[in-house]
Amino acid sequence: MALFRDENTPMIDRYRWWEIAAIYGGIALFLFFLLAPFLEGFLVSLKPLAQLFSSPYTFWPENGSFNAYFTMWTSVPGFGWYIFNSFLISTVATVIVLLLVVPASYAFARFDYKGMGMVLGGFLAISMFSGAVLLIPLFRLMRTLGLLNTYFAMIVPGVAFLIPSAIWLLRTYMKRIPLEMNEAAYMDGASQFYTFRRVILPIASPGIIVVAITTFIGAYAQQFVFALSFNSKTEYMPLPVGLFAYFGKQEVIWNELMAASFVGITPALIIIFFLQRYLVGGLTAGAVKT
Amino acid sequence: MIKNRANMTFAWLLLAPAIIYVAIIVAWPLVETVRLSFTDASLKKVTNYVGWANYAKIYNATFFEVITRTFTWTFFSVLFKMVIGTCGAVLLNAAVPGRHLFRILTMPPWIVPMAIGIFMWGWMYNGQFGMISGLLQRFGLVDGPVAFLAYGNSAYWATIITDVWIGVPMVTIYFLAAIQAIPKDLHEAAWTDGASRWTRFRRITLPLMMPAIITMSMLSLIATFNSFDIIWILTRGGPTGETTTMIIDTYQTAIGSKKYGEGAARAVVICIFLSMFCIAYFRVTRRLAATDNA
Repeated sequence: MALFRDENTPMIDRYRWWEIAAIYGGIALFLFFLLAPFLEGFLVSLKPLAQLFSSPYTFWPENGSFNAYFTMWTSVPGFGWYIFNSFLISTVATVIVLLLVVPASYAFARFDYKGMGMVLGGFLAISMFSGAVLLIPLFRLMRTLGLLNTYFAMIVPGVAFLIPSAIWLLRTYMKRIPLEMNEAAYMDGASQFYTFRRVILPIASPGIIVVAITTFIGAYAQQFVFALSFNSKTEYMPLPVGLFAYFGKQEVIWNELMAASFVGITPALIIIFFLQRYLVGGLTAGAVKT
Repeated sequence: MIKNRANMTFAWLLLAPAIIYVAIIVAWPLVETVRLSFTDASLKKVTNYVGWANYAKIYNATFFEVITRTFTWTFFSVLFKMVIGTCGAVLLNAAVPGRHLFRILTMPPWIVPMAIGIFMWGWMYNGQFGMISGLLQRFGLVDGPVAFLAYGNSAYWATIITDVWIGVPMVTIYFLAAIQAIPKDLHEAAWTDGASRWTRFRRITLPLMMPAIITMSMLSLIATFNSFDIIWILTRGGPTGETTTMIIDTYQTAIGSKKYGEGAARAVVICIFLSMFCIAYFRVTRRLAATDNA
């Protein structure tokens, strides 16, 4: 017997019962692998410390409570600051990336001069070197510029590695704007700069918003290596590094750290649910050929 | 495309800020890494050129072991990502109720701050109190607690699994897009001829998503080769060097021991490998684009 058979289901999409079972079984296994750490992390945040550090292992929390979500603000003193820092760093990085990438993407989408192909290739090549490889000269550069132990030590290097995928994504978007727009503006006597500012930017704004979101997510997700190496001031630390400091300590308050982690990832989770349609296009764009 | 000479200055002006920024923050440090690799740079004020001394110092069995380990670690990680990603994409492509929700649920490991996902894995691998060891004991598969990160062999595989966990969502979503781009009528024609689901997967889906698999495995190779956060947070290259990859090794030398010169030499070796991957990637994608248009 085939399940889910109604008027609207094409014959080709109808499954036998065992196929349905295999598909759901496979998906369950797949999602369990991807979500198990979150499940475990959430359950840990509900368990009292005494239960966490007891053998044998118990999966479900006994006397579980949301206590850790309230006590963490005092046990992890900088916690509110860490989240604020994470947001600040990501926001400033996103603004800088947009300022650099919007004009550059327009140039790549609209103009074709000798050497531009090579420059585009150069930008793509950059995305393949991670910041971790360049830490030594970057450290010396930050020291020379006097940026060590400031917010900018974490923002400035991060921006460079966010630029390539942002250019790639926005260029693809801007290419779809018809050339007739430029020609019409030209006929009306508009300068190139006026055309860019008054004609192209308004049309491209949905694409720019998508790039802003994906860049912000990227900046929020990757705050680790630069913050770990270029900043030693607790008050400037973003969330991942702030929490990392607690993992080395003798008495790790795991339930509160997990609670803190959950509060820290909530913005990202909210964005997934509301903007996933744009995200899929945006985040894979770097890998899609044109 | 606009090609007339009148607008050339305008076009390059638009590009200039991004080019200058990247030149300072990425291109110049790359050159500087090569220069530093020939010096004895450290915390001392004076820096001398020492020729090939740093390279002579790292030319030893331990470093070759690190290189080999980096390659096997990367190979297994990419392999698992591709296999799991393909399975995931095929499953998520099935026309069953709930598939939109399942697709959203795939994304969290990719979107949340990497370090925080890794903290959670760190707890899962804990021998005394972690979920994996706990469940294995509960089901009687192991006798006592297993501290996964305390032994070289299990730490090696544990870091790979976490890396796969972070990489799978993007691979899956990308493959799903590739599968959905396959024209429906191919499947319908084969279905009319009585081809089974498996035959259609083998003869239509898999060959047509091959370009996506090749592109993604190259990108994944480069990203995995660069992987730092996972190993550093979980093991710091330990327990006794069994999870030390080239990036970790460079970090330990440069930032840990403050031997900038020697660290730069190690970084140069990484850059040589990355450049080779990069060239291979551009060649492959160009060839794929060429066959696509033919």
